[in-house]
Amino acid sequence: MRYVAPASVAEVVALLAGDPEARVFAGATDLVPQMRAGRPEPSVAIDLKKIPRLTGVSLTDGTWRIGAAAPTADLTGNAALAADLPGLVYAGGLIGSDQIQNRATLGGNLCNASPAADSVPSLVVNDAQAVVAGPGGELTVRVIDIPSGPGRTSLQPGEFVVEFLIDRPLPSTSDAYLRLIPRTEMDIAIVGAAARVSLDGDGNCSSAAIALAAVAPTVVLVPAAAEALVGGPISDDVLATVAAACAEAADPIDDKRGTVAYRRQVAGVLAKRAVLEAAGRAGNGGGR
Amino acid sequence: MTITEQRPSYRYVGTRPVRHDGLDKVVGKARYAADLVLPGMLYGHILRSPHAHARIVDIDTSVAEAMPGVRAVITGADFPDLPADDPERNMTRNLMARDKVLYEGHAVAAVAAATRRQARDAAEAIEVTYEVLPHTLDILEAMEPGAPLLHDDILTTGLDSEPSEPSNVANRTCYERGDIEQGFASADVVVEGEFLTKPIHQGYIEPHACVADTGQDGKTVIWCSSQGHFRVRSQTAAMLGWDTSRIKVIPAEIGGGFGGKTTIYLEPLAVELSARAGRPVKMVMSRDEVFRATGPTPGSVIRVKLGATGDGRITAAKAWLAYESGAFPGVWAMLGCMCVVSPYNVENFLIEGFEVVVNKPVNAAYRAPSAPMAAFATDTLVDEIARRLDMDPIDLRLLNCPSAGDQAPYGPKWPLIGLRECLEAIRDSEHYRSAPAAGHGRGVASGFWFNIGEASSATVNLNENGTATVVTGSPDIGGSRASMALMAAEELGIDVHAIQPVVGDTEVVGFTDVTEGSRATFATGMAVVEACRDLKGQLRGRAARMWDCDVEDVEWADGRATHSGGEHEPLALADITAEAGRTGGPLGATASLNARGAGPAFSVQVTDVSVDDETGRVTVERYTTAQDAGTAIHPDYVEGQMQGGVVQGIGWALNEEYIHDADGVMENPGFLDYRIPVASDLPMIETIIVEVPNPNHPYGVRGVGEVGIVPPLPALANAIHDATDARIRELPMSPPRVLAAINSGNGA
Ligand SMILES: Cc1cc2nc3c(=O)[nH]c(=O)nc-3n(C[C@H](O)[C@H](O)[C@H](O)COP(=O)(O)OP(=O)(O)OC[C@H]3O[C@@H](n4cnc5c(N)ncnc54)[C@H](O)[C@@H]3O)c2cc1C
Repeated sequence: MRYVAPASVAEVVALLAGDPEARVFAGATDLVPQMRAGRPEPSVAIDLKKIPRLTGVSLTDGTWRIGAAAPTADLTGNAALAADLPGLVYAGGLIGSDQIQNRATLGGNLCNASPAADSVPSLVVNDAQAVVAGPGGELTVRVIDIPSGPGRTSLQPGEFVVEFLIDRPLPSTSDAYLRLIPRTEMDIAIVGAAARVSLDGDGNCSSAAIALAAVAPTVVLVPAAAEALVGGPISDDVLATVAAACAEAADPIDDKRGTVAYRRQVAGVLAKRAVLEAAGRAGNGGGR
Repeated sequence: MTITEQRPSYRYVGTRPVRHDGLDKVVGKARYAADLVLPGMLYGHILRSPHAHARIVDIDTSVAEAMPGVRAVITGADFPDLPADDPERNMTRNLMARDKVLYEGHAVAAVAAATRRQARDAAEAIEVTYEVLPHTLDILEAMEPGAPLLHDDILTTGLDSEPSEPSNVANRTCYERGDIEQGFASADVVVEGEFLTKPIHQGYIEPHACVADTGQDGKTVIWCSSQGHFRVRSQTAAMLGWDTSRIKVIPAEIGGGFGGKTTIYLEPLAVELSARAGRPVKMVMSRDEVFRATGPTPGSVIRVKLGATGDGRITAAKAWLAYESGAFPGVWAMLGCMCVVSPYNVENFLIEGFEVVVNKPVNAAYRAPSAPMAAFATDTLVDEIARRLDMDPIDLRLLNCPSAGDQAPYGPKWPLIGLRECLEAIRDSEHYRSAPAAGHGRGVASGFWFNIGEASSATVNLNENGTATVVTGSPDIGGSRASMALMAAEELGIDVHAIQPVVGDTEVVGFTDVTEGSRATFATGMAVVEACRDLKGQLRGRAARMWDCDVEDVEWADGRATHSGGEHEPLALADITAEAGRTGGPLGATASLNARGAGPAFSVQVTDVSVDDETGRVTVERYTTAQDAGTAIHPDYVEGQMQGGVVQGIGWALNEEYIHDADGVMENPGFLDYRIPVASDLPMIETIIVEVPNPNHPYGVRGVGEVGIVPPLPALANAIHDATDARIRELPMSPPRVLAAINSGNGA
């Protein structure tokens, strides 16, 4: 296995085009453990962390640009980002431990395509766009369209994610993410739920998005839950409908980490709690 | 906090000096077996069975042998086949399968090659033809007639009549006293239940590792991580068919054992590979191998029935215990029987235990082996009695508490024990006296472990500058070197840091049994004290020579020789060692002994938990443990043992479990899905050291290493019940199981 650390997006595109066995990596916190566990090594390991555009985090013209290879420690350490997107930043701060977060990235979390990836539901509820570079140049793709199954993405050969674009939230808007792990850290989500909620001047919900992790082959957006929320106050009845819609939308499996029944029930519970947390912040002058 | 009954106060014993091996560990200098690199060293890799149960039809190593870097390939056929009655036969067949593989992960062949990768690739190129056999993973199923048999020569021992047919039930243990019918007839309350637990791994952070260097002289040197290098020597010799004198074992620092390193897995393989290759061979397990092929403590099915009078006196106990021992029989059921009702005085009981082989890794000891599962059953039911009678759970236990002279269920009369004192310590603790926070549930439980003595040796040498070197044969898995130095300091009257405690290899110190059964500070400490007392006699003799007086006129106290007539200035130990060359040569003493009179250990614990009733997640909010240490030689390490036991018990109670798929393949062989607790899962474990000195030890030591893991299982189950009304009788009490119990509204 050869290691290369190109300095530009164009070099990465050229390297990938020239060798189908070549593979990009960022923090390598998924890649290295997977290789140790016996997955085949790439011919060339392309380190994305030396490209400034891929590691930057900035706000321009009302849009957050988060480099696909920026360590999540740079997100948790960014107060302005945390004020705008507290749920996403919280999710980034859940990944592994401090040591892991000095390496782990949103790009890796998304492209590793684990159904349990913690940052992906928050990217999805915030309608994040991914800038994808490849042989045909750059294009912008909705994050929700990238995972296509456990360990699989819709990226084509030679393509990789450069950065994420997220519009600054509207006033009285906030997001939240919650996961269920048996431990308190160093664990993998049995269920995760992200919510983004906007409130109008009367405290009624004016827009919402709910997404679930670890309950289906890919992240699940739950429009029925959002519909139940929009247009009125966030009452217990509405929350019960949200929970039921999430339990319904979940399509989990029985495995060593949890049962179908457990995951469905807890998906509803966490969604409900995430909505309350996001709405609490939104009502408290969240967003701008 | 320490509650001391009556013991002398000491100058060094009971203080908390920095441990001698501490700095090296903190800065990363301590050498573990996997750190060793020798010139020309090869790497060994083991090929393991993918099947839970299969006949080995053929092993073809020809491709592997021709691969790059490969220097040696071995299989079971390269070791002598021990006769059926040899006590080490099962151990050897666990280290290398013969005829059949008995669990997924069972070693089938091993390779030594120049690099790790070459060794792994070659091992994977060995072609094994298996005839897959039906397997059995479940204790109750394995006990049934007609279940797939692991061995065709197991005839259950301990039955009233010897069975004619082989089975998976290796042995039966029975303890019986009084009239059980009568006992239940006189009870006003009867409670009973069936309790299930899964196999649990010891979870030591350091995987098994060794380096073996076998010379052309037919001798070998082994560096390894173990709880007892003399046992490594004898077991390695047994598997190789060698005389022990050909084997020298050098103990490395050990990164945790908890019982799991009381037996061997790698050493004879490394020796044999090294002999064939003519090079040193290193073998280091991966975490995956550690889970699949070492450790665990048994899974169990335990049924207990207790009867008590209306005022809380337990009148009868019936216990049926089945422990799975993995692929070969062990002693686990017997140990469970010894512990199941021991914290209670019961006049009428029938305790019956069965040891069952199943197609899982062979069990090894784990901290008070078999006692926690037994306590889970009994102490949960005792809690039910307390609720039924509306009695305080500590008062109920005090009412039934045994003390010196009462007869233990497994036979002997209790010597001086500190259970009552532990119960009182918890009852009087700030924790127990303050009500649980709103919404929290509280649970109490007690636990017993008998502790052992066994053989130990120590050599104490005085250096010319008045310092001392204490050499013992006990690997230090919990701070025992610091305790040895403290006892020697107390005896010799010199500063604890003027003493260098060392763990010696098999050729520099006398035979010493494994560090197990909470015995090192007790038994090896006794040998240290005995050697120091011998030295004090010698020191008096040297002072007499220096003063030219009768030895009877010399007294030794506070590290100095004084003349009874006051005719001479006192001599410090260093004054005497400085002159040793002129008074008879170097001063040293050795003691070897069989320690008798180990003090039984008890622990009583209380915990408060909160339960998220929508997700089933349990948070341990507060935890206090009281334990009788006899005398705490180094209280930091006593507290460390108490806390460590509790933490491992919390992991066992809440999340740890072996998960096998239907084919008998382990599904969670890593710390991601085998969930030992992380630091942030835990509250500070508050400790109360109770000191009821053991009269059989010069400083009153009881072992402290094990009993702490016994009460957490029932304490947490009782606390969860208090918080939710759900009685959970199956471990682990993981979020899905707790939520299912809450959903089904299973109040007791
Ligand atoms: C101890 C530990 C704890 C962990 N805990 C968590 C946790 O709590 N929650 C969680 O979600 N995850 C967890 N993880 C998994 C991992 O840390 C995260 O998924 C992390 O976000 C991966 O980022 P990375 O940059 O290290 O990915 P890498 O390992 O560098 O890459 C992962 C995959 O994505 C591909 N890839 C990386 N970047 C790009 C890109 N820009 N474009 C296209 N493909 C790309 C790589 O080729 C590879 O296939 C943990 C891992 C460890 C080792």
